[in-house]
Amino acid sequence: MDGEAGVDQLRVERVFRLESGRSVATLVRIFGDIDVAEDAVQEAFAVALRRWPADGLPPNPGAWITTTARNRAIDRLRRDTRGRELLGELAKVTPADGEPEAREEEGPVEDDRLRLIFTCCHPALSTEAQVALTLRLLGGLATEDVARAFLVSESTMAQRLVRAKRKINAARIPYRVPQDHELPERLPPVLAVIYLIYNAGAADLARGELCGEAIRLTRLVSLLMPDEPEVGGLLALLLLIESRRGARFASDGSLVLLRDQDRSCWERSLIDEGQAIVRACLRRDHPGPYQLQAAINAVHADADSVPSTDWRQIVALYDQLLVVAPTPVVALNRAIAIGEVDGPAAALVLVDALDLNGYHPFHATRADLLRRLGRRGEAARAYERAALLAPSAAERDFLAAQAVAPGVSSH
Amino acid sequence: MAQYLLSVHSVEGTPREPMTDEEMQESYKRVLTLEEEMKQSGAWLFSGRLHGPDAATVVRVSDGEVLTTDGPFVESKEHLAGFYIIEAADLDAALAWGSKVTRIINAPIEVRPFAGTKS
Repeated sequence: MDGEAGVDQLRVERVFRLESGRSVATLVRIFGDIDVAEDAVQEAFAVALRRWPADGLPPNPGAWITTTARNRAIDRLRRDTRGRELLGELAKVTPADGEPEAREEEGPVEDDRLRLIFTCCHPALSTEAQVALTLRLLGGLATEDVARAFLVSESTMAQRLVRAKRKINAARIPYRVPQDHELPERLPPVLAVIYLIYNAGAADLARGELCGEAIRLTRLVSLLMPDEPEVGGLLALLLLIESRRGARFASDGSLVLLRDQDRSCWERSLIDEGQAIVRACLRRDHPGPYQLQAAINAVHADADSVPSTDWRQIVALYDQLLVVAPTPVVALNRAIAIGEVDGPAAALVLVDALDLNGYHPFHATRADLLRRLGRRGEAARAYERAALLAPSAAERDFLAAQAVAPGVSSH
Repeated sequence: MAQYLLSVHSVEGTPREPMTDEEMQESYKRVLTLEEEMKQSGAWLFSGRLHGPDAATVVRVSDGEVLTTDGPFVESKEHLAGFYIIEAADLDAALAWGSKVTRIINAPIEVRPFAGTKS
């Protein structure tokens, strides 16, 4: 498929995936139907695969996709009765010559994507459905890629998407940006979905592209909602975690803990950008969970080793975080920081008081503290328990190896 | 516009703070006020409160004959206690009404669209 213009199939796919979210969002607004929008953009992709390798990339690929998809959708809708009804309804609300406006693919139509992400992450949909819709419609991922990312079969994922879209239609989940007074309820699921997407990518080397996708979505929301401090907080948090992703895995794919990471491998440009956002958040002084987690990560990024880390500052930030997000997981992370300030015995008391028996980092933390206290048998058992519960292969292997590492195993 | 069923679900045996007569009247008044608000805004189509499941009777066809039996269709701890049928622009508008109802009567509300009522 290599064309003379130097646009191969892979390039077409990449450009298309990056641009298709915008086109899907615009077409959902024009036609008021997600399936019509999705199918039309899919058809436009087939046309692009035929034409772009021969003709070269159009000057504005995004506008090309939207125009092509819109025309395909209109052609297709004209062919059946229900489609003609839909077009008739559209003609009533659009003043043009009976066809939907022709100008919408020009100019900034960023709002369409913002509307779409709020539809995808509507609280009336399950979290699984929110994640799947967001990746499929805004991320432009194929259903099989979304399925692979969340370790379910393609048919299960296809079912999940069909059911979610049916509910959006049947229940009339609106396609609009919530008003200010609704944001306290509506923004958190959007940020949670993006964070989930990031974490799915970070847990597994093979799914790393999800990390980039999550950051791209956060940048988009941040661009469109510059006045929401928590959006900036999430962006800073993801950038700072992302800066360490290259150092988190050894060349054989095994996991490397923060304390053992080669900090010269941390990506400086991501740290700088993340820290600049954290500073802006501090000036604004409307702290929320994502901003505080970002601030904690900014402190880590400042230190060139674990001992030189400002752990007191980190404990203080966890104290604040515990106020706005009083969860056992936050308490666990605070205990880890206490362990660096007051020693492992003080931390173990706090950890043992938590009810997190099904959470693998709980056992991994206990194991580490027990090891530092010289309680080797208990440490080995805690590592084994953590390995049993760990969701990804890399973490499982790492924890299982710790259980028999010298200084831990009593055999 | 679309039509939605807001169904009020009551769970048998859930411990509830016993209400004084005064509180009961207060709650009743708030329900009436809310229903008036629904009517004023054009959202209200119909509403009703139901007797308990022990007042229910089921009829069904069995071997070509209609069979009448005592009791609710499904024996369960949860039962439909009442409902509203409303008209709303979209799910958010329907959920806003549902939220108002659940705040007053302190029981969960299921919001479900009617099929074929979109316009």
